Amino acid sequence: MAEAVDYSIFVAKDDDGLSQMSLAIDGIDCAACIADIEQGVKALPGVVRARLNYTTHRLSVAWSAEGSPAEVVDKLEQLGYRAHPFTGRVEEEEARRAQWLLRCLGVAGFATMNVMLLSISVWSGNVTDITPETRDFFHWISALIALPAAAYAGQPFFQSALRAVRSGKLNMDVPITIGVSLALAMSVFETAMSQPHAYFDSALMLLFFLLAGRYLDHEARRRTRAMAGNIAALRGEMAHRLDAAGTPVRVPVQALVPGDVILVAPGERVGADGRVVAGLSSIDESLVTGETLPRALKPGAEVFAGSLNGEGALQVEVTAGGQNTLVDEVQRLLDGALAARGGYMRLADRAARLYAPMVHLTALLSLVGWLIAGASLHTAVMIAVAVLIITCPCALALAVPAVQVTATGRLFRAGLLVNAGDMLERLAEVDTVVFDKTGTLTLPDPRLRLPPGVAPGLVALAGQLALSSHHPLARVVATRATGGPLADVTEVSGQGVTAQVNGQEARLGSLAFCAVAPPDHLPSDVSLIAFRYGMHGFVIGVEQALRPDAKDVVEALRARGLGLRILSGDRAEAVAPVAAELGIADAKAGMKPADKIAALEALKAAGHKVLMVGDGLNDAPALAAATVSLSPASGAAVTQAHADAVFLGRRLRPVQAAVEGAGVAARLMRQNLGLAVVYNIIAVPLAIAGVVTPLIAALAMSGSSILVTVNALRAARGGRKDEATDATPAQEVLA
Amino acid sequence: MNVLVFLIPTALLLGFIGLLAFLWSLKSGQYDDLDGAAVRILQDDDLKT
Repeated sequence: MAEAVDYSIFVAKDDDGLSQMSLAIDGIDCAACIADIEQGVKALPGVVRARLNYTTHRLSVAWSAEGSPAEVVDKLEQLGYRAHPFTGRVEEEEARRAQWLLRCLGVAGFATMNVMLLSISVWSGNVTDITPETRDFFHWISALIALPAAAYAGQPFFQSALRAVRSGKLNMDVPITIGVSLALAMSVFETAMSQPHAYFDSALMLLFFLLAGRYLDHEARRRTRAMAGNIAALRGEMAHRLDAAGTPVRVPVQALVPGDVILVAPGERVGADGRVVAGLSSIDESLVTGETLPRALKPGAEVFAGSLNGEGALQVEVTAGGQNTLVDEVQRLLDGALAARGGYMRLADRAARLYAPMVHLTALLSLVGWLIAGASLHTAVMIAVAVLIITCPCALALAVPAVQVTATGRLFRAGLLVNAGDMLERLAEVDTVVFDKTGTLTLPDPRLRLPPGVAPGLVALAGQLALSSHHPLARVVATRATGGPLADVTEVSGQGVTAQVNGQEARLGSLAFCAVAPPDHLPSDVSLIAFRYGMHGFVIGVEQALRPDAKDVVEALRARGLGLRILSGDRAEAVAPVAAELGIADAKAGMKPADKIAALEALKAAGHKVLMVGDGLNDAPALAAATVSLSPASGAAVTQAHADAVFLGRRLRPVQAAVEGAGVAARLMRQNLGLAVVYNIIAVPLAIAGVVTPLIAALAMSGSSILVTVNALRAARGGRKDEATDATPAQEVLA
Repeated sequence: MNVLVFLIPTALLLGFIGLLAFLWSLKSGQYDDLDGAAVRILQDDDLKT
């Protein structure tokens, strides 16, 4: 391909005049690849720096004036790696946040260790012979360390609490902030009054544990996000844009603007929404609408990004996304559905809403109670603050995120990339699963149905002939080719291809073109292509194949007591056989995006919690409207963006893994919340009784935190890698 | 007990140096590619062949 490629939108200039680009790389499977790639790319003229991140499979390259991004991509291709540049603004933002959390964690860790060193001396001194002067000295040093450290390391909680209070809500960070600030304030006061107890260590330990939980949570999310970003980048959606002189230039689809004219070759995916300005063809919109029969196109017709062009080349003028009726409709429905879903409240927040007022009320009651019982104001305040510190929701705040981190990791190994943090909680409540058909229950690439008793040699010959054709059906047949393309193949427009093989004419194309009678061994929903070689003629059916384990997964889901349904945009004749084979009685065909939403709303109105699994652009609003949603990695980009999780590979098994994993995770979350409550039931009366010392507070806090974390680790069991990744993600996307 | 006046600041200083070292390693990107660091050590790219 001598065609020029323009990657300029991915390139950033830095201060030294170097150009920089990040690439997602596919095919890295061993340590040796690092040296291979880095040295290979550095050998290119002009390349100054090439650094591969082995964790995220990304290469960052910098080059001076003489280098070019296309050379880098070509070089990587020569080396045997598929690469595509990408831009990741959101990810940069998240990377900065991760660093910030880690810095806070480091500061909290340092301060906790040093204050604990002093606190333990004080505790042992209190029961032996420490002098009040030494104790005060230790307390003042603790204050000196704790106050700035807490002010710095507590920022993530203070900011979040402030945001919550401003919007009139309560989250876990509100009691954390109040608890930490009160503990510190009271400790400073006690130190000034030369009293024996100060809670500097408790306040810092609390921050340290919570930051650890928050950082792990953030990292787990970031890892799946990076993986999903790579998959998106490696689709490498390119379009042939015609420049002023009418020469096609390959550009990334992100660089297209309305008014550009793009050339869509036969058998290529349309890169952007637009209107046909020249050319005749038919188009397969299964990824967009779920409809598997091609639609005929002529100039003036609208086409949607992601559709597969048929036999003729098209020139398409790019229009703004919003001008398309279908895309517009999808977008409008999407907005509505997203607004409707905002009402879901996370388990942790629901707990916080109950917990925070209760804690503060208990503290207030113990203050008033002790005053009435005749204690001094000082004692009463001390006890009230001890109650706040003891109840500071360390275990409670860790209970849910800790499970989420381990369960997300388990699903990651099972081939599932989780987008939404609260997805597991919502998934665990699901009682109905709604599947889309095309590309979800069926594989994104179709399967051949050969007539019985055909010689394999003839099929291979048909495959070789098909290599010269761009027709989508022929491209499926071409997978059976055993040799290279045949010589002197002529393409008869709209009919098929023909060539001379060993003195006899071979034809592949329409039934009439090959003079073959319509078959009787194939059902009516199968697309047909015919082949003739001399006196041999036969018809090949091309049909959507079920994912290899679809039946088992559907059985397993049914055994779990889930209601199963199919909502497809495809024709009834195409949906019925799939539904029959899977034994799903409730299958609806010909559903438009609005119909799918209406069906989901009806289910939800009937009290069902719905898991929607779909891949097409037409499924995007339905995915957003469902309680929780999954999408295969081969699906449309918009759809994936709105799915709560994306699954990889040719199998449907990750869906089952998700449902099972969510069940386990929800159980552990409830157990953890239960443990936190039990801890409070034991510790709070002690605090109210006024017998809690800083030592007891430290033990109770770390003990309960470790208990819930260890319990959460049980969610990591299971989740096998082998099954989900039989095909690598990238192959799958290409298919 | 006068020795404490020296010992505690010394302990804090050492701890603080550790903290600074951690913050420096974080800033210089040593936690960006944990899997890569584990395998890069095995590369012989510093040997003259």
